[in-house]
Amino acid sequence: MTFSPELEARFEKLLKSYPEGRESSALVPMLLYAQDEIGAVTPELVEEVARRLRLTPAAVESVVSYYSMLRKHPVGKYHIQICTNISCQLTGGEELFEHACRKLGIGNREVTPDGLFSIEEVECLGACSWAPAIEVNYDYHHKVTPEALDRLIDSLRKLH
Amino acid sequence: MSKLVRLEIDGKPVEVPAGTLVINAAKTVGIEIPAFCYYDGLTLQGACRMCLVEVEKSPKLVTACTLAAAEGMVVRTQTPQVVQARKAMLEFLLTNHPLDCPVCDKGGECELQDLTFRYGLGESRFLETKVHVPEKQWSAVVYYDAPRCILCYRCVRICKEGMGVSALAVVSRAVDSEIAPNMGDHLYCDECGMCIDICPVGALTSQDYRYQTRPWEMKHVGTICTHCADGCTTTLGVYNNRVIRGNNHDRTGLNGEFLCVKGRYAHDFIAHSERLKCPLMRVDGKLVEVSWSQALAEVAARFGGIRSRGGKFGVIGSTRTTNEENWYLQKFAREGLGTGNIDHHRSGDVISLLSALKGRADALAATSDLYERKAALVIGSDLAQQHPLVAFQLRANWRHHESHIYTVTRGPVREDAYSRLRVRAEAGRELAAAKSLRQALQAEPELLILFGDCVRGAAVHELVEFGDSLGIPVRYICLVDYVNSRGAMDMGLTPGLLPGYQPAAAPGLDLAGMLAAADLDALWVVGANPLKNAALAAERAFVVVQDLFLTETAARADIVLPAACAYEKTGTVTNVCGEVQRLSRAVTTMGAKPDLEIFRSLAARMGLDLGEPETDRVYAEMRRQLPVPAAGEAARGVVASAGDTLFTSGTLGRYCGVLRNVREAPGGLYQ
Repeated sequence: MTFSPELEARFEKLLKSYPEGRESSALVPMLLYAQDEIGAVTPELVEEVARRLRLTPAAVESVVSYYSMLRKHPVGKYHIQICTNISCQLTGGEELFEHACRKLGIGNREVTPDGLFSIEEVECLGACSWAPAIEVNYDYHHKVTPEALDRLIDSLRKLH
Repeated sequence: MSKLVRLEIDGKPVEVPAGTLVINAAKTVGIEIPAFCYYDGLTLQGACRMCLVEVEKSPKLVTACTLAAAEGMVVRTQTPQVVQARKAMLEFLLTNHPLDCPVCDKGGECELQDLTFRYGLGESRFLETKVHVPEKQWSAVVYYDAPRCILCYRCVRICKEGMGVSALAVVSRAVDSEIAPNMGDHLYCDECGMCIDICPVGALTSQDYRYQTRPWEMKHVGTICTHCADGCTTTLGVYNNRVIRGNNHDRTGLNGEFLCVKGRYAHDFIAHSERLKCPLMRVDGKLVEVSWSQALAEVAARFGGIRSRGGKFGVIGSTRTTNEENWYLQKFAREGLGTGNIDHHRSGDVISLLSALKGRADALAATSDLYERKAALVIGSDLAQQHPLVAFQLRANWRHHESHIYTVTRGPVREDAYSRLRVRAEAGRELAAAKSLRQALQAEPELLILFGDCVRGAAVHELVEFGDSLGIPVRYICLVDYVNSRGAMDMGLTPGLLPGYQPAAAPGLDLAGMLAAADLDALWVVGANPLKNAALAAERAFVVVQDLFLTETAARADIVLPAACAYEKTGTVTNVCGEVQRLSRAVTTMGAKPDLEIFRSLAARMGLDLGEPETDRVYAEMRRQLPVPAAGEAARGVVASAGDTLFTSGTLGRYCGVLRNVREAPGGLYQ
């Protein structure tokens, strides 16, 4: 399987950052970067990464199945991760999550028919001081109200 | 010897080499620290948390299986906190563990049962319904029952580290975690069953043993595996005169706990439906069942007649019969029948090796050398396929001692992954390729050279010269095929050499010579199948075959005598390193007789006095002074390995259902 030249360059730099013989430590970042480009950790990607790091596909699969941020199925273009862990829950995280589901008409880990949005209920994002927090792809949004979330979703939709 | 450190465990002073783990240091003073995931020889995991102990100045409990003993360390294993921790760990492990012990294969020999008995709480506070997942079949031999699994990673590690296969991994997390096979829903591996054997609970079970019986109802018979030449001990579980399982969980024998698919499962040929249980005699061109006395009388009469008129005999011995039988057979042939035409299927040129070494006993390697020598050169053998124990020990040596492995093979082998240098050589070019490694080999402090059938005759002498020229201590292993291939040579089943490699006064015909001799009057084949790929030139020869099954050779016979297999008799066999080991009788098959008993009955009927087998004396003499067969002796006859893989075992493999049913069978060399 082939990757973009940018991703290949990133892999090359990544593999050089570990001591010789320890290249398999690059497993998680490689999977994450590749997932960003491909959209999901496909069986072909597992094979390819295993081959490059001299691991067995089963060993890669073992890691993929452990980390919830490594996904086997594609998410929306904008993946909205809403924290419902304790600080966020106390400040309306659960309501925010339910609001988002109603607004987009999808449930947890589902994708809108146009492929633009997906929602995931997540554990602590490490932003308790600014609860409730959400993360859209890699961008954080703090002290989010249902109205602010509506505005965010509408503005993102306008881009398309 | 590394530096000693002194520490204190439960008030007892302990002195151990630096680097010893606390769990092992405790054992030296008789203190047991319970553990599931810890396993001698595998990497440390620290997964089960069962071995938590108190260490002075450490704020929290520490896992004794990952903690190296240090000078002045004070360890306590019996404090209320430790006792409480053990109870809590067991309570957690049993949260979803089904209490199906009465029907679980592991019941009675389960480590979870044992440790719960000794350290458990007795009552669980969990009231929730246990999570249940249906069991899965991963291969023809391996089953996995996820709820029983305690996730100790032993199976994952033995497969990756011990076997070099890496077929297992843990997938998912938390309560959903389980072991998964490499092909998604099934396994593609060696099918060695090491994962089943090493499992502390009944999560991994085997097709042959599951739901068959209880461990304490079986008789456990430790004997030597009859398949390859490595000489592993397999402990057969016998119930009602039936072998139900094979394992070596008690770590007896030179293989420790190791066994391959053949040692563990390929015992089903014993009870195969085609097993011969009655002598057969050719009447009007057809083989019909006759009594033992009738068959033996016929053989004795015909042999006696041929002998008295000075006819020509040919005798082909076996690589699976015992030393005692082989010794007796050659004596029967030479003294009883007066013929020197005796041979067997030779799969490695041990004779040339002994000849080239000129009596240097210290140049012959022992099995222990595989694990201890600092470097090894493998020439022309796919060890993982053909010599699983040798491969396992070399791999363990590399893992534990960072030994250097060099390979010279025709194609890719598993040893490539950890060999220091690897050379591909076409058939016949192996020795020259091995010589190209001279510079690297010279730099080693010592060397073990293992060679297959590609190095034979003059090439063996050349190899030994090369070894001598390296200027370092070199030991050799000549790789041969079957359980007593080595013993057949030791006991003189060769046309030119008597027992103990003493030259025969009148060398006879070799195997090919016998088959090609048109004037042969009688051919006596014991536990071999020479007519599988060859024809017998003497169409009118009287053919007697002793075997377990109606092989191609037996089908051509005039008399077929049903023989007992190695698991049905006593005696000794000699492995690839020349180590003599004793067989134990596990079961009996009605109607079949051990070959030695058949020889003796025949001798008695022919009026021959051949005495008792004197193998002990032969070995005593061989040990005192390593014999030196004359150079060129090996050139007499053909030396060729049968090229068996993990899933074949000569003619016998055909009758092992397990070997035929695994997906990987028959496998291939150099893949």
